[in-house]
Amino acid sequence: MTAPAGQGTCLVVDDSRVVRKAARRILEGLGFQVREAGDGAEALAACRAEMPRAVLLDRNMPVMDGIAFLRAARAEFGPDRPVVVLCTTEAAMERIVEALEAGAQEYVMKPFDAALLQDKLIQAGLLPDPAA
Amino acid sequence: MTPRSFAFIAALVKSRSGLVLAAEQGYMLETRLGPILKREGLADFEALAERLQGPGGHRLAEAVTEALTTNESSFFRDGRPFEHLRRLLPGLAAARGAGMPLRLWSAACSTGQEAYSIAMILAELAPQLGGCRADILGTDISQAVVTRARQGRFSQFEVQRGLPARLLVRHFRQEEGRWQVAPDLREMIRFERWNLLADLRPLGRFDVIFCRNVLIYFDAPTKARVLEAMAAQLAPDGVLYLGGAETVLGLTDRLVALPGERGAYRRAGMAALAG
Repeated sequence: MTAPAGQGTCLVVDDSRVVRKAARRILEGLGFQVREAGDGAEALAACRAEMPRAVLLDRNMPVMDGIAFLRAARAEFGPDRPVVVLCTTEAAMERIVEALEAGAQEYVMKPFDAALLQDKLIQAGLLPDPAA
Repeated sequence: MTPRSFAFIAALVKSRSGLVLAAEQGYMLETRLGPILKREGLADFEALAERLQGPGGHRLAEAVTEALTTNESSFFRDGRPFEHLRRLLPGLAAARGAGMPLRLWSAACSTGQEAYSIAMILAELAPQLGGCRADILGTDISQAVVTRARQGRFSQFEVQRGLPARLLVRHFRQEEGRWQVAPDLREMIRFERWNLLADLRPLGRFDVIFCRNVLIYFDAPTKARVLEAMAAQLAPDGVLYLGGAETVLGLTDRLVALPGERGAYRRAGMAALAG
């Protein structure tokens, strides 16, 4: 995997430090600068402080969950930014539909690996398609 | 690899999976089985053939079969040909009219992702196709993958490779942890076992042929033969898509690249209408 710089900032939102660390390693390998938040409320504050290009968003978190963050972010910042990719163990169809309707650009069902995450970031328009 | 080892492994894989390994696929065999040799600490394919006949050979035979029949495939693999197809289809549909269905062929379709991707594009473009019907044919040499392709059931991992979430929720249903392609999409596709080295004429005429990342496993005379046989089945204004690492150059003059497009070809001597 090449490590092109300058893909912008990705905010990783997950209440698990282990998951944040794993995601950070993959995203930095793909050329993103990574910031972290432990729940939706922290993520919202981070967006207000400095808007990231992308948010990799866990669903089930204390304080404010992923969907509540997503709805708040869309209400406050509009439909296009930040680009939000859900990343969750919730794999039921209605959960995916709910996230897309709430304004998520893409949806990753855990477990994920570097190749899968890269693929989804390409689909979300956050990375160039290597084939194009 | 000695002919004897090859024959033994080929017979074993055929008996287990139905996959027919032709002699010209020796290179593919070596490429795909290389990691197993390394993992098992085997020096060469003779040692592998020997181990397969010994105690514990059953488990190893499963791994060998799996390595040879698990064909790398993903939805919308290498997006470029699908983008070209989106631009191509409205013109083709207008040329055919409502009475004549478009015929599209996913050659060496593996577990069906390519054929289902084509079907999703057709569903998306239906309003622009003026009622022109479309039939998709998916073929593969392996009965095992054709059966899987027909079922249209994919794992959570498979539906995340190349497939945007909005298309997943539109075209799939969730069943017991697997993802099932919806009936309207499945009805557009017929999957059949077919060997690309066999006579292709019974398959009929096609407006679009996808044959990607298949020729790389053939030697030059075989590539030329398959390309010319496919050219003969391609409509005058039809398009053949090859994989990113494949070309017709030096193999046949019956196909020419579409100007400015990588991996898209039309029949030689035809007006450049396509694309």
